[in-house]
Amino acid sequence: MPQKSVNPGSMEIKIDKKSDDLLARIKKTALKKIGPEDTVLVWPNLVYLELIAMMFALAILLFLCLYSPAPLEELASADTTPNPTKAPWYFLGLQELLVFFDPWLAGVVLPSLIMVGLILIPYIDPNPKGKGYYTFSERKFSVIGFSFGLALWYILIVVGVWFRGLDWSWYWPWDDPHMHQPAGAVKLVDLQVILQSTLGLSETPVATLGRYVVSMANLITWGIFVGYYAIGFAIPFLIFRNFYNKLGFVRYNLTMFFFLSMLGVPMKIFLRLLADIKYVLVTPWFNI
Amino acid sequence: MWELFQRIRSVVNKTQAFKSIFRHGFPNNDGNRALVMFSNIILHLHPVRVRRGALKIKFTWCLGGLTFFFFILLAITGVFLMFYYVPDTNRAYGNIKDLGTVIFFGDLFRSLHRWSAHSMVLFVWLHMTRVFFTGSYKPPREFNWVVGVILLSTTLVLSWTGYLLPWDQLALWAVTVGSKMAEASPLIGKAGPFGAELGMNANNDITFALLGGTVVGQSALLRFYVLHCLALPLVTALFIAIHFWRIRKDGFSGPL
Ligand code: HEM
Repeated sequence: MPQKSVNPGSMEIKIDKKSDDLLARIKKTALKKIGPEDTVLVWPNLVYLELIAMMFALAILLFLCLYSPAPLEELASADTTPNPTKAPWYFLGLQELLVFFDPWLAGVVLPSLIMVGLILIPYIDPNPKGKGYYTFSERKFSVIGFSFGLALWYILIVVGVWFRGLDWSWYWPWDDPHMHQPAGAVKLVDLQVILQSTLGLSETPVATLGRYVVSMANLITWGIFVGYYAIGFAIPFLIFRNFYNKLGFVRYNLTMFFFLSMLGVPMKIFLRLLADIKYVLVTPWFNI
Repeated sequence: MWELFQRIRSVVNKTQAFKSIFRHGFPNNDGNRALVMFSNIILHLHPVRVRRGALKIKFTWCLGGLTFFFFILLAITGVFLMFYYVPDTNRAYGNIKDLGTVIFFGDLFRSLHRWSAHSMVLFVWLHMTRVFFTGSYKPPREFNWVVGVILLSTTLVLSWTGYLLPWDQLALWAVTVGSKMAEASPLIGKAGPFGAELGMNANNDITFALLGGTVVGQSALLRFYVLHCLALPLVTALFIAIHFWRIRKDGFSGPL
């Protein structure tokens, strides 16, 4: 629902007759006269608060410096590769994704999608409620969606920092970090290979596009991949039409694309962990 | 004691030097408290008055302010570290070692720089989380959220470029992991989808541009040094300025 925002630089004044709720909010907030009794001087009230916060932070930092000074390992050498080689902790979530995705996805496309997705948030969330205060009930979908992404990010970091050791194997805190874990017996297979054998499909190519030899099984994996997005886009549209109407065509499609892509990450992880599937989709140029 | 302090202050406040610097008396009455916000360039980032609700710690948790504080600390400790550091693969490691052994306060400043960096990365995420949960990105603050996401990325890249500078094993291999990922970029990386088709190889792809060569070596160290100590701090400072300007212009979203 487009809201007219008069004079965008200053405090907004929204005109939206349809929403009684919004009108009530405006009456309660924007139109309420702010008298001197509602405001306080920044000096000393805010300035002192900031000073105290800074002193606190500095004290904690100094303590951390004494407790754990900056590390320095051996001189850099291209000849000896440490095992494991770990990125800084804030990138370990992405490095952990390397177990489940090829580098172009884990290291480039997914981080780019995260950044673009974050930038788009204010533009795809038209819900006027929950501005300037904490609330869950007034914006359930966006809070759940955002929390889900955050949780994913932090869980992957925790796994990367504390549960990965030699050869990037899984180490419990009580495992000896200096002993290699026995190499797993599992062999990863591509989804199309599984389809081929379980459905007894023929291996003769249905089509050939340059280097790309398309088999029946490969075609089905395309169907599954595209179908995931197609069904994902369709379900809310068919069942929660209200949700679609609120967002409109463009916002709806952007929201669903990012939401489904985010959901796809743990889904692929579970496919790997539960069904030993390496790639869902295989092409000569890229694998997903 | 307090009496004496007050007496000294009232004398100092009347000197020509004090007046030339501060342009008004000590902020212990409302008039001067308002004036100080106008006439001090740093305090001027604030308004003169704020709504009572904006002071609630449980609203902002001081997260944005502390992120800024860490940035300032990083600038101060960083300048100190720059006095002792030469971005040369033969000397860098020794320089850092000296900081820990022979230079007065070297270890303290280096540790403070590192812990501030970790804290800034953590707090920028937490601050973003706060802004999301209070819905403070909603109109008219959409653009400031975008500026924030830019700050999030420059903060991460700043940290990451700094990681290489000690030139120890941790540094080299952490950056190698990153450059391997860049190599896999679609279209512009030699190992990425359609990279080879577009003629990307070790001598012209995105990793080459990032490292100034094919391995993490002298050119990479110099590039990361310049990015870390000059280019990225300037960009970050610029966007922080825009961020703060917009907070003032858009108004703060906090409760009444
Ligand atoms: C270097 C990084 C950053 C610094 C130094 C910074 C600093 C600040 C400060 C001091 C405030 C005032 C309120 C508070 O303390 O919470 C603020 C507000 C805000 N920040 Fe940031 N910030 C940074 C990054 C970000 C990021 C990553 C985002 C979001 C993606 C963001 C979005 C916002 C928004 C929308 C506001 C207005 C909040 C309101 O009106 O309630 N900032 N920022």
